[in-house]
Amino acid sequence: MYHYTDFDRAFVQERVNQFRGQVERRIDGSLKEEEFRPLRLMNGLYLQLHAYMLRVAIPYGTLRSDQMRTLALLAEKWDRGYGHFTTRQNIQYNWPALSDVPDMLQALADVGLHAIQTSGNTIRNVTADHFAGAAEDEIADPRPVAELLRQWSTDHPEFQFLPRKFKIAVTGAAHDRAVIQAHDIGIQIVENAKGEIGYKLLVGGGLGRTPMIGKVIEEFVAQEDLLPYCEAIVAAYNLLGRRDNKYKARIKITVFENGLDAFRDAVNEQFARTKPAFSGVDVKLFEEIRAQFAPPAWRNAPVDAYDATYEADPLFRSWADTNLTAHRAEGYAIVSVSLKKPGQTPGDATAAQMRALADLAQAYGHDELRISHEQNVILPHVHKSDLPALHAKLREHDLAAANIGLVSDIIACPGMDYCALATARSIPVAQQIALRFEELKLEHDVGPLKIKISGCINACGHHHVGHIGILGLDRAGVENYQVTLGGSGDETASIGERAGPGFSADEIVPAIERLVLGYLELRDSPEESFLAAYRRLGPAPFKAVLYPEQEAKRERADAA
Amino acid sequence: MPRKFTPKVVTANRLLEGDAVWLTADGRWTPDMREAELLDEEAHAELRLLVAQSQADLVVGPYLADAVAGTAGPEPTHFRETFRTRGPSNYAHGKQVEL
Ligand code: HEM
Ligand code: SF4
Repeated sequence: MYHYTDFDRAFVQERVNQFRGQVERRIDGSLKEEEFRPLRLMNGLYLQLHAYMLRVAIPYGTLRSDQMRTLALLAEKWDRGYGHFTTRQNIQYNWPALSDVPDMLQALADVGLHAIQTSGNTIRNVTADHFAGAAEDEIADPRPVAELLRQWSTDHPEFQFLPRKFKIAVTGAAHDRAVIQAHDIGIQIVENAKGEIGYKLLVGGGLGRTPMIGKVIEEFVAQEDLLPYCEAIVAAYNLLGRRDNKYKARIKITVFENGLDAFRDAVNEQFARTKPAFSGVDVKLFEEIRAQFAPPAWRNAPVDAYDATYEADPLFRSWADTNLTAHRAEGYAIVSVSLKKPGQTPGDATAAQMRALADLAQAYGHDELRISHEQNVILPHVHKSDLPALHAKLREHDLAAANIGLVSDIIACPGMDYCALATARSIPVAQQIALRFEELKLEHDVGPLKIKISGCINACGHHHVGHIGILGLDRAGVENYQVTLGGSGDETASIGERAGPGFSADEIVPAIERLVLGYLELRDSPEESFLAAYRRLGPAPFKAVLYPEQEAKRERADAA
Repeated sequence: MPRKFTPKVVTANRLLEGDAVWLTADGRWTPDMREAELLDEEAHAELRLLVAQSQADLVVGPYLADAVAGTAGPEPTHFRETFRTRGPSNYAHGKQVEL
C-alpha cells in the first residue's frame, strides 16, 4: 500500500499550518467570511444546516488500520461519535467546531490523510473500484493509476480554478464497480491484442442537473501517454468549458455542446503540447508506485473451518451468501461489511465500529480496508478460515447485516437532515424502506436491487443510476419524492427514466413497496433481476403498479 | 404590483459552532427561534439584516427567513427552517435535545 513520501508529508503539513493560521485570523476578525470561505472550502470545510462539516478524502477508498483508527478518533474527540462515508469515497464529519478543525487536520496528516481538494473547482478525490487488488475479474489493480493521478492533480497549478469540479474514477475490471461512466473522466484498464496493458478513456459523464453517460474518447491509451493525455483533456476543458453559467460548466456540457469529435480534436491539439513535457518521469514514478501496491503474501491454509460453519450456521450462511465476493487468491474472500443495517443511516459508522473494523483488518485482513461508493466498508483480503471468527466479531459490533446488493443496501446522501443545498430529506426515506422490507422478509427473494436516494437535483446519492432512483424535491413547501426507473451504474450504465408524478413523504415507502412486489409478479423467473425485467418489459407495467389509480382509470376508459 | 411583504426573522449560523441562530429585538443571537424578533415591516427587516451583516465576527451568512407569530414566539413556515430549529431526524442531536 502507498506510503507518503517526505514530499507528500511536508506538503500536507504545510497546508495544515497554513489553515491553522487562517482559522485564527478568521476568529480574531482579520479575515472576513468572503475571504475565508474559499480558503476553508479548499480544506474541505463546509457550513451546513446545523454545523460545519469536514470532508476528508480517502484516496481510491483505501485505508490502513491506523488511518481507520484516526477516523474513529476524529469522530469521538471532535464530533458526535460517528462519521458518514459517502459515494465519493470520502468521510464527512457533521459537527466539528471551527476552532477544532486545525487539530483534526493535524491528526489526519499524522497518518497521511487530508481534506485537500475535497471541494472547489479542482480535480477531486480520485475514486476506484473498492475491490481493487482483490477482485478475481480484474486485469490490473487500478490504485497505482489512481495514486499517480492523485499526485499529478494535487495542487496542480494549472487546475486550481477549473470551470467546475472535476471527478475521475478508475476500474481495473470490465465489470464496472466504480461507476466510471458517470465521471468527468472514466478510466478502464484494458489489455490489447499484443497483451499490453493500457487505458480506455471516457469523458463527459456526470450526474447532477443534466445527467450524462460518459463517451469513449480513446479506446487504448498506452501507459506513457496516460498522464499527458489526461492533462490534455483537462487543459482542453479548461479552455473550452463554460464559465458564464455554472450549470453548463461541467465537462459533460463541453463535450455535448462541442461534440465528441471536436472535443477530441481539441484534446489532441493539447496533447501535442503536453506529451513532450512529460519526459518519462511519470512512467518511472508509476513503476515506483506500483511496487508499493504489490499484493500481500497470501496464506496457504485449509478452509475446513469455513465449510463446517457454512453448513452448521444459517446466520453465517446467509451472510456469506450475500456479503462475500470471489477473491483472486486461492482460499481468500472479499468481505463487504454492510453499513446499512435496516433503520441505520446509510454509510454511518460509530467510532467503536471503526475501531472494530481496524482491529479486524489488522487481525484477519492484511491491514487493509476499503470504503465503497456504495457506502459500505470492505475487508478486501480475508482468508476463508478466518471468516467464522470475523463474522462473530462483526455481530458483536452490529456490523453483520446480510444485505449487500439487496433492497436495504440503499445509497442515500445526507439530504435535508444536514445539507444546506437539499430540497428534501433522504435519510429517513432510506431508513423506512429498509425497515419495511425487513418486516416483509422479502429481500432475499427480490434479489439484486439498487435503490439510490438524493435530497436534491445535485444527485450526490446517485439516484439517476439507481435501478430505482428517488429524488427529494420541494413542491410548494412540502417534501415530494420523484421516482426514476431503470438506471444503472455498471458497465451497462443508463440514466433512469422518470416514472411519473412524485409522491409525498407518506406515500413514497408504499410506492416503492408496490413497485418491488409488482416486479416479483412481472419477472419471468427468480433469476431475472429487477433491472433485467425492466429492460425486457419497458416502463409501462412498472408504471401501472406504481400508479394503480391511473391504471384503473385507463382500464375503465379502454372498457368504455 | 410588488409582492406583499410577509413577516420575517433574521437568521444565520454561529461562526464558531456553526449552529443556527436568530437575531433578537435586543440584538442578541439566540439558538431558540421563539426568542427572535418577528419583523413585519419590510424597511425594518432590511435594517435588521444590515445589523446582522455587520457582525461577521459572530455569525456567518445572515438572511431573512419567513416566519409567523406563534403562541410562544416566531415559528417557521417552511420545513427547511423547521429542521434548523430542531436538528437532524436520524439522531437526537442538535437543538431538539440541547434547548
Ligand atoms: C453536504 C454537502 C454537499 C454539497 C454542498 C454537495 C454539492 C454538490 C453539488 C453542487 C453537486 C452538483 C455538481 C454539478 O452538477 O456540477 C454535487 C454532485 C455530486 N456530489 Fe455532492 N454535495 C455534498 C455532499 C455530497 C455527499 C455526502 C456525497 C456522497 C454521498 C456527494 C457526492 C456527489 C456526487 C456523486 C455527485 C454527482 C456526480 C457529479 O458530480 O456529476 N456529495 N454535489
Ligand atoms: S444531493 Fe443535494 S441534498 Fe444530497 S448531499 Fe448532494 S447537494 Fe446535498
